[in-house]
Amino acid sequence: MHPTDIVDQDSLRSDIPDFAPGDTLKVHVRVVEGDKERIQVFQGAVIRRQGSSLHETFTVRKVSFGVGVERTFPVHSPIISKIEVVTRGDVRRAKLYYLRDRVGKAAKIKEKR
Amino acid sequence: MAAKAIVGEKVGMTHIWDEKNRFIPVTVVKVTPVRVVRAKTEQSDGYQALQVTYGVRKRSRVSKPVLGQFEKSGVEPGVAIMELRGVDGLDLASGDEFGAEIFQTGDRVDVTATSKGHGFSGGMKRHNFKGQGAGHGNHKHHRAPGSIGACATPGRVFKGTRMAGQYGGGSVTTLNLEIVQADPERQLILVKGSVPGPKGGRVVIRSSVRGGK
Repeated sequence: MHPTDIVDQDSLRSDIPDFAPGDTLKVHVRVVEGDKERIQVFQGAVIRRQGSSLHETFTVRKVSFGVGVERTFPVHSPIISKIEVVTRGDVRRAKLYYLRDRVGKAAKIKEKR
Repeated sequence: MAAKAIVGEKVGMTHIWDEKNRFIPVTVVKVTPVRVVRAKTEQSDGYQALQVTYGVRKRSRVSKPVLGQFEKSGVEPGVAIMELRGVDGLDLASGDEFGAEIFQTGDRVDVTATSKGHGFSGGMKRHNFKGQGAGHGNHKHHRAPGSIGACATPGRVFKGTRMAGQYGGGSVTTLNLEIVQADPERQLILVKGSVPGPKGGRVVIRSSVRGGK
């Protein structure tokens, strides 16, 4: 319980699916260009989830043209239009920073079954 | 100038997103509705102010001289008697109440509160001095302020030279903050940015003295 919960309740979203580090997500992000808005999909593995309630954030990592790209979103951010869970990962830790040092097959996350 | 003022309690900081999905850090202030004890006027006191109280306090806990002031104006005893100087509403009678509804979203305000006490603090914490290096033979002077003046001319340390001393615990005003959201129903005011003092501390929100609205 935070003292500011009375205000935070208004901004909390209830349409966020359950996901954990190791999962592969498709994050549908609202991008505003001029007066137009379109949806951009950012797909990658969740390497971190930190914070609680309104202040909770998660980080998605993907490798784009050989360059690692990480993007951190607030879980309750209104710029996220939708989160799709593509796969559930089987990992042993909460922060998957070791993926940064790995490329190719070594960076693959085992799927939960 | 339509000056307005209100008393509240700092709840804490959080953030909200505005209509353009921008992230805005806010401080939540729970307004404690105030009751007018009496209005001070130019004729009676030489200056204009509203004497107000807020909250409730047991009659047995109020000293008799103070209780007399409450009784004279027929107001329920409150936690403290405060003066909101130079505000309008001098037409308000004793016992009238007002709260968060006097401010609207978008208003510019100044917030005054007692800052967090840091005790006797050194120059690094109190004035953001850099301190000194860790190496190059430095010994036991890592957080020392360094030189505080010149030699025989002027032969003294200038008044006001920043040094270690009592830090915090004084009245601090943050100027020209924006009210992001005023919620009269829940008596909440969301102010953009930070305000002085600890959570649970008493704050006074006034119309801003600087430009704007």
